[in-house]
Amino acid sequence: MEFSIYDLTSFTHWIDSSLRASMSPGWAVAVEMIIIGVALLVFYALIGLFLVYAERKVCALMQNRLGPNRVGPGGIFQTVADLVKLLFVELVPIKNADKILFNVAPFIVIIASVMAIGALPFAKGLHAIDLNIGIFYLMAVSSMGVIGVLLAGWSSNNKYSLIGAMRSGAQIVSYELSVGLALVTMVVLAGTMQLSEMIEAQRWGWFIFKGHIPAVTAFVVYIVAGTAETNRGPFDLAEAESELTAGYHTEYSGIKFALFFLAEYINMFIVAAIAATVFLGGWMPLHVFGWDGFNKVMDFIPPFVWFLGKTFGVVFLMMWLKWTFPRLRIDQLLTLEWKYLLPLNIFNLLLMATLVLVGWHW
Amino acid sequence: MEEAVINVPLEKEEYIINMGPQHPSTHGVLRLVVSLRGEMVQNVEPHIGYVHRGIEKMCENLTYAQIIHLTDRMDYLSAHINNEAVCLAVEKALDIEVSDRVKYIRTILSELTRIQSHQLFWATYGMDLGGLTCFFYGLRDREMILDIFEETCGGRLIVSYNCPGGLMNDIHPNFQKRTKDFIKYFRKTLPEYDRLLTGNVIFRERLKDIGIINREDAIAWGLTGPVGRGSGFSCDVRKHNPYSAYNKVTFKEILYNEGDSLHRYQVRMDEMWESMNIIEQLIDNIPEGPYAAKMKPVIKLPEGEYWQSVETARGELGVYIVSDGNKYPYRVKFRSPNFVNLAPLNKLAAGFKIADLVAINGSLDLVIPDLDR
Repeated sequence: MEFSIYDLTSFTHWIDSSLRASMSPGWAVAVEMIIIGVALLVFYALIGLFLVYAERKVCALMQNRLGPNRVGPGGIFQTVADLVKLLFVELVPIKNADKILFNVAPFIVIIASVMAIGALPFAKGLHAIDLNIGIFYLMAVSSMGVIGVLLAGWSSNNKYSLIGAMRSGAQIVSYELSVGLALVTMVVLAGTMQLSEMIEAQRWGWFIFKGHIPAVTAFVVYIVAGTAETNRGPFDLAEAESELTAGYHTEYSGIKFALFFLAEYINMFIVAAIAATVFLGGWMPLHVFGWDGFNKVMDFIPPFVWFLGKTFGVVFLMMWLKWTFPRLRIDQLLTLEWKYLLPLNIFNLLLMATLVLVGWHW
Repeated sequence: MEEAVINVPLEKEEYIINMGPQHPSTHGVLRLVVSLRGEMVQNVEPHIGYVHRGIEKMCENLTYAQIIHLTDRMDYLSAHINNEAVCLAVEKALDIEVSDRVKYIRTILSELTRIQSHQLFWATYGMDLGGLTCFFYGLRDREMILDIFEETCGGRLIVSYNCPGGLMNDIHPNFQKRTKDFIKYFRKTLPEYDRLLTGNVIFRERLKDIGIINREDAIAWGLTGPVGRGSGFSCDVRKHNPYSAYNKVTFKEILYNEGDSLHRYQVRMDEMWESMNIIEQLIDNIPEGPYAAKMKPVIKLPEGEYWQSVETARGELGVYIVSDGNKYPYRVKFRSPNFVNLAPLNKLAAGFKIADLVAINGSLDLVIPDLDR
């Protein structure tokens, strides 16, 4: 069996066929699910650790500092050390808290992000489940996290948490619209909701180049709304540490806090990964029609490097936004969405539909 | 055991949150009891006294030379200016004329103090509004001034460089060069502050028309410093009642009539430029002369009452000394700008959102140890 890092389909098929050869089909599927689950969780944890480290380094870069530089070379083990510390921190019981909801909330946040990460196409053939409504599924599960945030704020018996949770609810309900419409604009261009087909359609030009102005507008709107949806950057009203101390996770300590923290970073990764897939071609290398030599060189870089490179590019953009802008106020946040982004989005969608109908997009 | 229930008369749908004494945006141990309706602030009640050290009472058992070291601990960001206030009051009482050299050096150091205080204001104000990066930019530049202080005064924050009749010692030989280097550097860096924060559309929208107080109210509440001048109240002691070398320099009193948080902020940004102008006028012309007048070992003020006010980075600091002819003062009273500037907080913040309360509180630029004394 010959494997290639450029096309992992043969690798995954080989695992499948060798499992089926040694056990019944039902068991084979069960074992595959466990393998995928473990692989995703390991990836999840590694990405979480890496993103926390990356955020510290990027923020240090923006702020004229060095960032972590003591634990390991360049401080790369700092987040590991922090995680170990968080594992040993006492879980402070909260008086008069709603115990069940209080304990369930972090898991809802985590589960939402794990479900989303399961449907992302990491490379050619490295795609756990290729739903025919992939975009729709990602939007649906990634907006589930807000339930956890709301429960956390509600059950903490803390007024700061409650304010944070209510802000978060209003924010995510609003910005979900913009995220959705921006992605729908691209679905109109692609003509499909299946992620693999969308990526295949970007072989000769990423959608952000193909879609002219509407695609660029949709990308900008998506980055703004996506940042808002992850409660980050200038939109971190739900935790707003200068007003609400830490917002909805004020009362959480130890590993429960770590779960919220981890989920926030993974959500950022998911938003960036969707942006990379839908606008920047996912794992598809940069191809220019007619430049055969250039395309060969680009093809030489493995697909998962392309995917992670694009995703971290978008992540860097989001971090850059966060460490530059001051925070918005809640009424400004809602004004921005309902008065500016939403009308812009609807107009943009119509423009894209017109472009596709006229046939100017190829 | 039943918990004690404190009954606070509240309207329906109102609730109370307790900001401080430990809270990231109250800049110290200020406690604000805030009645909220949703996110709207109905009423703010400041509770003070968490760092009350009885400085005024302690002064009654200390000699005049010793009192100076206590004044550092009030508004620690204007430490040099506070020292100067007491020294000027004592010199006025004894009718001592200090040399021009002392006046020049005091003025330069006062303006450096003002710049570093406003830098810290800028740094923390950005942080109050959620822009964490400015904190590091502000502190990076402030470090240069603190280094100048360290070299000349010995202290970085709590300088204690003044003494009745002059200064503790002469300036360091590097003082003039380093100050000029700093001005040259900061003239290039200050526009960077504007690019990062002042020009930011989110920042401007957050502050515009937030916490408005008009000129009449500002005078009635006794607001001074950048808070008063942001409302158009011309209250700069340096201009109206010049002390030290302020009558030898030309500078502009920054005045805005809008009276909102944005213009209180803008006053401070413009004042940094003016402070640099003042320093540039003086730094090359420091006259020769003694750095301290000859004083008696034990200073006794003649019986009577003495008042001296100076312009700190936050407003008018008044020193009122009642002497009964002893080596200790009979009574000392400090009119601290922060205490007065805090007073209208409820008037400013009521009706705005909780995020605005943070912005308004930040724009008053309070130093709590000065407020509590």
